[in-house]
Amino acid sequence: MSSRRLAIRQPETFALSAKAKKDIAVWVKKYPKGRQRSALIPALWIAQKDAGGWLPELALRELGDMLDMAYIRVYEVATFYTMFNLEPVGMHFVQMCGTTPCWLRGSDELKEMLTRKIGPQRSISADGKLSWLEVECLGSCSNAPMVQISNGDGDHYYEDLTAETLEAVLDDLVAGKKPPQGPKNGRFSSEPIGGAMALTTKNLSKARGTMVKLPNADKKVKINYYEWDPKEKRGTRKGWVDPNRKANPDPRKRSSNHGRDLISAGLVDDDPHKGLPQRGTNPVRAKTAKPKVLYTDGASDGVPDDLKFIKGIGPKFEKELNSNGVYYFRQIGAWKAADIKVVEDKIKSLATGRVKRDDWVKQGKALAKTAQKKGKA
Amino acid sequence: MVKLLEDKDRIFQNLYGLNDWSLDAARDRGAWLGTAAMLAQGKDWLIDQTKASGLRGRGGAGFPTGLKWSFMPKEVGNRPHYLVVNADESEPGSCKDRDILRHDPHLLIEGCLVASFAMQAHACYIYVRGEYIQERNRLEAAIKEAYAAGLVGKNACGSGWDFDVYMHHGAGAYICGEETALLESLEGKKGQPRLKPPFPAGAGLYGCPTTVNNVESIAVVPTILRRGVDWWTQFGRDNNKGTKVFSISGHVNKPCNIEEALSIPMKTLLEEYAGGVRGGWDNLKCVIPGGSSVPLLPKEICDTVLMDFDALREHQSGLGTAAVIVMDKSTDVIKAIARLSYFYKHESCGQCTPCREGTGWMWRVMERMVAGNAETSEIDMLLEVTKQVEGHTICALGDAAAWPIQGLIRHFRHEIEERIDNYRANKPVFVQAAE
Repeated sequence: MSSRRLAIRQPETFALSAKAKKDIAVWVKKYPKGRQRSALIPALWIAQKDAGGWLPELALRELGDMLDMAYIRVYEVATFYTMFNLEPVGMHFVQMCGTTPCWLRGSDELKEMLTRKIGPQRSISADGKLSWLEVECLGSCSNAPMVQISNGDGDHYYEDLTAETLEAVLDDLVAGKKPPQGPKNGRFSSEPIGGAMALTTKNLSKARGTMVKLPNADKKVKINYYEWDPKEKRGTRKGWVDPNRKANPDPRKRSSNHGRDLISAGLVDDDPHKGLPQRGTNPVRAKTAKPKVLYTDGASDGVPDDLKFIKGIGPKFEKELNSNGVYYFRQIGAWKAADIKVVEDKIKSLATGRVKRDDWVKQGKALAKTAQKKGKA
Repeated sequence: MVKLLEDKDRIFQNLYGLNDWSLDAARDRGAWLGTAAMLAQGKDWLIDQTKASGLRGRGGAGFPTGLKWSFMPKEVGNRPHYLVVNADESEPGSCKDRDILRHDPHLLIEGCLVASFAMQAHACYIYVRGEYIQERNRLEAAIKEAYAAGLVGKNACGSGWDFDVYMHHGAGAYICGEETALLESLEGKKGQPRLKPPFPAGAGLYGCPTTVNNVESIAVVPTILRRGVDWWTQFGRDNNKGTKVFSISGHVNKPCNIEEALSIPMKTLLEEYAGGVRGGWDNLKCVIPGGSSVPLLPKEICDTVLMDFDALREHQSGLGTAAVIVMDKSTDVIKAIARLSYFYKHESCGQCTPCREGTGWMWRVMERMVAGNAETSEIDMLLEVTKQVEGHTICALGDAAAWPIQGLIRHFRHEIEERIDNYRANKPVFVQAAE
């Protein structure tokens, strides 16, 4: 393992810039609540960029406060990961890969050149513009040998180098130019030099053929070529509809323009009457017995009540009411204005407004209630 | 003559970045086609199909991907599920994931959605190695495109599944390629591997069920499902099905990355795509077939060996990440392996004593052997120490440090002995052969 320590000489003041803090806040949001510590490595990286290529101790402390961590946990991480520079580096920091795949392709030559040009590893050149370090595999082995150069413009891979081409790159950087990154022997990326042996077929997608259905599928799901872009407006492409669109629950309000795809997606059912009330299925509700206003065929519903209990009804009125089919309190209690008129028409002596004045309906209702209770008891 | 893979059967159509990486171009190459239809088949179908394809993990160990997925709890309990994609490609010799990240990022993002749905994970973290700064910016841009097009995010692809994908990065630690170290690192800690069990499928990221898969394993899944298991299984021998991106580096005329069918003979691979060994096939000395942690193979074996998991295992090596490092006769092979020993000394996390002390010890002895300044009996002692380190550490870094040395002693013991003799006789210890 590599043992690394914080630099002995530390700046007296350091504070993260507002932009760095904002960038860190973006990272913190990527993790679940209370897991802001996960953002530590990206935050350290941002802080390193902010501090000019290395991490002063004050930056570590500030991050510890920001992410609610003990300082030692931040130190631990900063010293563990080798990309965090714990001491100042040159303006252009050259990390040269020296692991076997690069070594086989001549990284020793680069090393020799860098030592000659800049000095020993970790030392900064006199003008402060260059420093270098031999690092372990940078993952560009088929473009070996290579270096990564970090500066204010970012971090760039320079690949397929020789001592001469790397020196030219460094000279350009020192002169303030921006040499293009990538392979330096005419390659584009990791294809074989002199033209790729593979992936040369023109119109590859045509050669591959188009897919109409998913192979080995259990369920039949039609593949819609255009499903990749749900933002696309419905109807602008053949048969395509927004899969996010929900059919209106009321079928009468649905437009007739149902795409086939909505049906396959289960958003529209084939039954156009779904949701409408269906006939003949509702059970006939039993009618609740309403009190008859008049029993024309005698006291057919049990023993007649003593109507004289109602204030204003004497034996004479009772007789007349009985003869007109009124036997029960509940009959009187159920009278509406029209009913009262019918009764008043039949019994002329009531036409003086007696029923209303004595409020027979209310009395009848109350008495009917007590009579019902008695009957139950 | 072996039939080479045709262009139409390559999954990574833009491996070299000669075309546009962005969404529209990726869609034209077939990415994101029928994704919603795949998800509509249900998670069991996805896992069954992946199992049936025989896809083995592309990160080095070659564990069947579908089987790994099925270890996740069947139903989501009170802890959410996570998918973590291991893009911490740091194995010396290996540079395939980089090309996927920078040139075909949409295949990876689509794979993340499919794999997450299969494991009922609503969130996926892609852990990119720290040095890949351009690559992670590219990936972030691709994720943004996918969000804008509604392919990920709420109701991803219109499937009704909410899915978030996040890019995370490390800061230059090889050990974080080990899955539990990667999870520690993702939690903002030192990348020191955890004891297993519990396995990540039981308690992984934040103590929740997690599956860690390699970039390539995830990125090939949607294409396998789209084109069918039958298509995929026509490549490679039994138990070694499919295509694989090989990284060819070292002493070949045209080092490159290339996607080929598994079980292609090594000689064909090097001669057809990499322009052959520098100075002709007979100038070959040895090949490390699967990245720095697997033992090297001398030319006699390379003449006939097939590039797949089982064939290389028969020769006591391994496919690893399919990073082929070629060395011709001009190579000081002892120094090459000593450089790898230094790499492992540098990258050991320092948690387990056999590895922390052993890697340094092995490197120092290797350096003496490069100079010939050693006793012949020390060769056996070195071999003995590698056996003591191997299998006695939490993670496989100890094994990975031991195997290259074991391979060297197995096949090139005579060279070490010769060098010790030369040193004693005051002769030059190593005379570089003409290239």
